[in-house]
Amino acid sequence: MDPLLNPFDYFTVPFGAWAEAGLDYVVSVSRPTLLAAKVPVQAFLEFVQDALRATPPTIGIAVIVVLGYLLSGWRLALTGLVCLTLIGLMGAWQAAMTTLSIVIAAVVICVVIGLPLGVLAARSDRFFKYLRPLLDLMQTIPSFVYLVPVVMLFGIGDTPGVIVTCFFAVTPLIRLTNLGIRGVREDLVEAARAFGASETRILIGTQLPLARATILAGLNQTVLLSLSMAVVASMISVAGLGRMVLEGIGRLDFGSATVGGIGIVLTAIVVDRYVQALGAATPRDRAGG
Amino acid sequence: MTEIMPHQNAIDCQNLWKIFGARADEALVAAKNGEVDKDEALKRFSCVIGVADASFSVAEGEILCIMGLSGSGKSTIIRHVNRLIEPTDGQILIEGRDVMGLNPKELRQLRARKIGMVFQHMALWPHKSIADNVAFGLEVQKTPKGQQRAAAESALEKVGLGGWSDRYPDQLSGGMQQRVGLARAMAADPDILLMDEPFSALDPLIRKDLQDEFLKLSREVKKTTLFITHDLDEAMKMGDRIAIMKDGRIDQTGTPESIVLRPETDYVSRFVSSISTLKYISASEIMTPGKAKSGAPEFGASTPLPVLLAAFTEGAEELAITDGETHLGRISSTDILQAVQTDLKRV
Ligand SMILES: Nc1ncnc2c1ncn2[C@@H]1O[C@H](COP(=O)(O)OP(=O)(O)O)[C@@H](O)[C@H]1O
Ligand SMILES: [Mg+2]
Repeated sequence: MDPLLNPFDYFTVPFGAWAEAGLDYVVSVSRPTLLAAKVPVQAFLEFVQDALRATPPTIGIAVIVVLGYLLSGWRLALTGLVCLTLIGLMGAWQAAMTTLSIVIAAVVICVVIGLPLGVLAARSDRFFKYLRPLLDLMQTIPSFVYLVPVVMLFGIGDTPGVIVTCFFAVTPLIRLTNLGIRGVREDLVEAARAFGASETRILIGTQLPLARATILAGLNQTVLLSLSMAVVASMISVAGLGRMVLEGIGRLDFGSATVGGIGIVLTAIVVDRYVQALGAATPRDRAGG
Repeated sequence: MTEIMPHQNAIDCQNLWKIFGARADEALVAAKNGEVDKDEALKRFSCVIGVADASFSVAEGEILCIMGLSGSGKSTIIRHVNRLIEPTDGQILIEGRDVMGLNPKELRQLRARKIGMVFQHMALWPHKSIADNVAFGLEVQKTPKGQQRAAAESALEKVGLGGWSDRYPDQLSGGMQQRVGLARAMAADPDILLMDEPFSALDPLIRKDLQDEFLKLSREVKKTTLFITHDLDEAMKMGDRIAIMKDGRIDQTGTPESIVLRPETDYVSRFVSSISTLKYISASEIMTPGKAKSGAPEFGASTPLPVLLAAFTEGAEELAITDGETHLGRISSTDILQAVQTDLKRV
């Protein structure tokens, strides 16, 4: 009777083994391609990391304060000042810069890949039809699950961390770029065409500027998802604030874990406010002072 | 072999068909054979007939109004002229050149230099200043910056908006926005204006102002104009000639007078029945044969009714209609009253 009631004690499918075999095969076939793909990502990440680490905290804070003032005003500048100063005082400056450099590298790559894909999706119904289920799928998969194939294919460390962050965070940018461009008033596009603009010019001079608010909303989501993934990616040995939390918990060092956690929150606040200010400021406001 | 003809039209549209839908080719054949009308085409081929066998021409400097109800295909026609959409069949010639024969660069040049377009909902770009909106056609043609600015400012001056260059569209009222639309269409000094219901979205008083100003401007600059409207009164006012559309077809083309006085189809006559004919009746239409009393004031055969009426109110008993030398006929006060009575009955 027991095999009928508890069948899985008697019979299982060796899916784990199959997956490993399958991935082994994929890895062995695509290793050179994957390694080649890793190289530019790694180079870019190192560039950003070096730049951020080499910047003395005082200079870094000053830049953020000035940027905040220019983008929005004193409130934003003050937010940046307070958050960054607290991070520094807690002793989390280096870790925060490491996390930030992973986020920046991932976001830049997301923009380079996501923006053109979003534009393409907006221009071709067919392309969007095929892309859409993929985007839906990518958005339903929890961040955790992305780690598995990425570790298999790219190994562990900061560079795979950037790659996994890109996969996780790029979806909203593609989606909202597509949405924003499709939402531009048809007669504004037609007017540009009627006055002799080329298709490229219509895209750059009319569609993208008019879709700007929507695209920046997508960028904001991408940035925040990047930050959350950069933290989760500490599980595949990515350095930064996430690792402080993970190691702190592992060693029952709750002081370190708390510092890491608060550092993440403060970084998230700064990043979110600054990206939002970027979206709110119209070119005209900036020109008009 | 293609010699330039001396008296070519600015715009020539020949047997234009536009059918929307995947099976447009099949629907075209069926529609040309008269097997399907607009409704049938939708049922049998899931195709919408936008324009059906439309032919018209616009002479240089002329204003042609295309008038029809919403959905009759007016916008579809006008978009063919600068090839914003491509015909299913038929030809569009601009000064004798087939627009379908232009390569992409020539087409962009045609749109930027030769043709200016005005849109129903203004379609100004909200992220550009007024001056940048107006100069756009010149900017895409890489005209030097200084020239762009000068052209934009002079175009804005013409429509009464000098000094507004550095504002943005959302700072202007609807009427002002459409003036900017007009300035944008004229900034590159094109020969042809395409106006798709340019004043339909405006309040009646502002609409009237813009109509008057456009007519005045148009007389000064003499631009060939294709003017679209769903309002018969507007068509009568703006058009040198009017084309009346129904379900993608042009029912009748002619001067405002001929449309009102001699409608050729039931549809057109129902349409114009709300318009008083009095303004368009001329002496030749109501005169009776015979010689007027000597001393009766003389008028030409094309004298409009209001002028004849004025002669009677000034005390004339009878009018002599002549072509300068020979007598053509006479008009008594009874003839005038009869004309008024007939007109009152038909409205
Ligand atoms: N892109 C399109 N696809 C399908 N049908 C269209 C399209 N554009 C216009 N039509 C149809 O063509 C007909 C004429 O439309 P339109 O030229 O816009 O009319 P109007 O400007 O006189 O109101 C309408 O029945 C409309 O539904
Ligand atoms: Mg229309």
